[in-house]
Amino acid sequence: MIDIKSLIENEYLLMKVIGQVDASSSIFLDDEINKAIEENHKNILIDCTNLNYIASAGLGVFMSYIQDLKAKEITMVIFGLNEKVGSVFTMLGLDQLLTIVSDKEQAKTHVNAV
Amino acid sequence: MLSEKAIARLGAVFAVILWILLVATDLSLQFSRTNNISIGISSEVPVILLNAYIFCVYLFYRYRINRVEGLNFVDLLWKVFVTGLLTTVISLTLELFSFLLGNTSLQQNLLLIDFFYLINLGVVIILLVSTFIVWKRLILYQKSKFLLRFWNIFEYALLISLIYNILPFKFLEDFYIPYLVMLVLMGLFLSANMKWVAYLNFKQKWKSILLIALTILYMGYFYRVLNLFLKNDELISNFMSNVFLLAVMVFILIYAVFSLLVILFNLPTSSVFEQKLEEVLNFQRLSQTIQTEQNEEQVFDVLLQSSVSTVLADAAWVEVKSNNGQSDYYMHKLKETDVAKVKDYIVKNKIKGVFESDSDRSLRVDKHLSKLKGFHYRSIMGFQIIVQNEVIGTLALLKEVSDGFNKEAANIIKTFVSQAGVSIENFRLLEQAIENERYKEELKIAKTVQSSLLPEKLNGNEWYDICGFSHAADEVGGDYYDTYQIDEDRMALIIADVSGKGTSAAFHMSQMKGVFNSLCQLDISPKEFMTRANAALSVCLDRNSFITASYFIIDTKKKELVFSRAGHCPTLHYCAKDNTSTFFEDKGLGLGILRNAHYENYVNENSIQYLQNDIIVLYTDGITEAQNKVQDEFGYERLKEVINSNKDKGAEEMSSLVLDSLYEFSGTQAIDDDYTMVIIKFK
Repeated sequence: MIDIKSLIENEYLLMKVIGQVDASSSIFLDDEINKAIEENHKNILIDCTNLNYIASAGLGVFMSYIQDLKAKEITMVIFGLNEKVGSVFTMLGLDQLLTIVSDKEQAKTHVNAV
Repeated sequence: MLSEKAIARLGAVFAVILWILLVATDLSLQFSRTNNISIGISSEVPVILLNAYIFCVYLFYRYRINRVEGLNFVDLLWKVFVTGLLTTVISLTLELFSFLLGNTSLQQNLLLIDFFYLINLGVVIILLVSTFIVWKRLILYQKSKFLLRFWNIFEYALLISLIYNILPFKFLEDFYIPYLVMLVLMGLFLSANMKWVAYLNFKQKWKSILLIALTILYMGYFYRVLNLFLKNDELISNFMSNVFLLAVMVFILIYAVFSLLVILFNLPTSSVFEQKLEEVLNFQRLSQTIQTEQNEEQVFDVLLQSSVSTVLADAAWVEVKSNNGQSDYYMHKLKETDVAKVKDYIVKNKIKGVFESDSDRSLRVDKHLSKLKGFHYRSIMGFQIIVQNEVIGTLALLKEVSDGFNKEAANIIKTFVSQAGVSIENFRLLEQAIENERYKEELKIAKTVQSSLLPEKLNGNEWYDICGFSHAADEVGGDYYDTYQIDEDRMALIIADVSGKGTSAAFHMSQMKGVFNSLCQLDISPKEFMTRANAALSVCLDRNSFITASYFIIDTKKKELVFSRAGHCPTLHYCAKDNTSTFFEDKGLGLGILRNAHYENYVNENSIQYLQNDIIVLYTDGITEAQNKVQDEFGYERLKEVINSNKDKGAEEMSSLVLDSLYEFSGTQAIDDDYTMVIIKFK
């Protein structure tokens, strides 16, 4: 089960991902990120505080936007990953390609720094 | 006990004997009376003989007519008619004979008259009794328990009357009239049972009227004939005071008259009954088309024909929407142009309801009826044919008169249409089941093909012991492992896991195998392998897919492991010297994540020296992420523990112990992900 809420806060779009991202629910995550990019948001913060589990299909969604984000100069920051989910990102090496920080404050700082 | 057939035969034989005896005794008595000679026979004897004769005739018919099953009502009435005809012919022949004798002395002979009388009496009794038994069958058609009981009482009362006649008690004569009245009243009550009439069709009703009218005529005729004989005062045997005969005769007459009237009044409504029967048959036919050897076209055909014949429509069509947006038509006395005209008319005149759904249950069924103006047809009834909540077509019935259909007709057609929907649904489900079965077969083949992509068995040698296995969560999966002997001392080993699972993962897994089989022959370093594999896979993986892999080159001469990890689960290494297990913590990005030349910056290469009894465990996340009922994961620590506590065992035994532990932890063998493991133990 997955629940995604997108809110526009100041200079960034905050996307809250709640629940589990598995093979079937990863489609909703894909749609939501795609929508954010199409709406020309330059700063996207992804709040994973309540993300309990992510399957490889979900990682595939994040992965598929890496080059897109770079080309369009969009800053995407992921924060609030719990230990288990975080280790999955790290194991795959995604932490080297995506900006992953611990909390929302750091994420905001990162966005402002760019 | 005697069989019914035997009883009937005995009855017949005794009847004949008793009648002959009756004639003999009665004529002797008549003779003795006329000539004043006493012959020592009591005048009671003929009466007893007559009643015994009646009883035997009764036995015969009771068992004979009861025996013949499967006769329809008209056949039964026909039997009565034939018996009556024979009796009448006999009686008329006798009359003709006595007429030919004229006023001769022979004609005046009392003995001869008495003889003729007895013959008439004999045949009339046969007619009465046989008719009585037929009436019994008619009355008891669809009997209730009460009716059966009442009839039995009536029948026994009649039989008792046979004995009553011969009892020599004078006082009984006072009861003669009340007894007769009682029997007649009972007969009257029983005559109200006419259920069989409803089951006659129009033609049969006319036949029945004719046959029953003739039966009444016979009764009248014989009553007259027998009474004529009795005008002759000198005839000694007056049997007309017999309670049985009178009661039966009156009963037969009453029932005949009742039946005649009931059939007569039922004639106009018989078409309704036939119509109802037709509906039932049509419905049955429609239900039977569910059978597998018939197809959808036949269901629509049967629906059309049944509907037309049930509500007597003048024309009709069934429109079935096919997949390409076109419609197929099944028509009854209509042209396609007519259909288009009627449909246009309905749209133009905004006629609501006719072809609309019944989703709103408060709507009444008569909304499906409507008038048409300016057409050859004046009324229409229409329904949607619905299969699995989807409208697949429509049925329309037309009549040349306005208001030609009523609510009852609409209700019946509604039932027909939903029954047809059920039939179609069954067909489609069956087709789907067959299709699914085919897919299953295909997947089985895919499974066999995929298992041939994995090594059948990993072969150890004098330097190491090796074992590997792979299980897919579905028929096919995305896990892969393989080995390649580069040269005498070196072996390449790979384990890989495609993101996602199932069929798409299986295709990518086969691509991974292709990449491995090509690159391993080039004798390149693990880092070079990963870089090239990433480049190759970048052009063939779909957008959201990636592959994690670990690639090892095992050099048994140098006792060295050179390896690279591309996002894969960290390899477990048991070090015999320190007696500890650790996971390799090298960096490396999964294959297909970064699809450009920068990839090589994200992958490392490491090497270690191994010693005797060191163990290397390669696995996929299906093992470490396997969950139990409370959603705890099997995890790295459990894996480590199993290896540590079984470090002295062989590779094969260790891998089966890992599986046992995994299954025990998750409580099932149906792990929700593909899981694969390769264990190497150095010697």
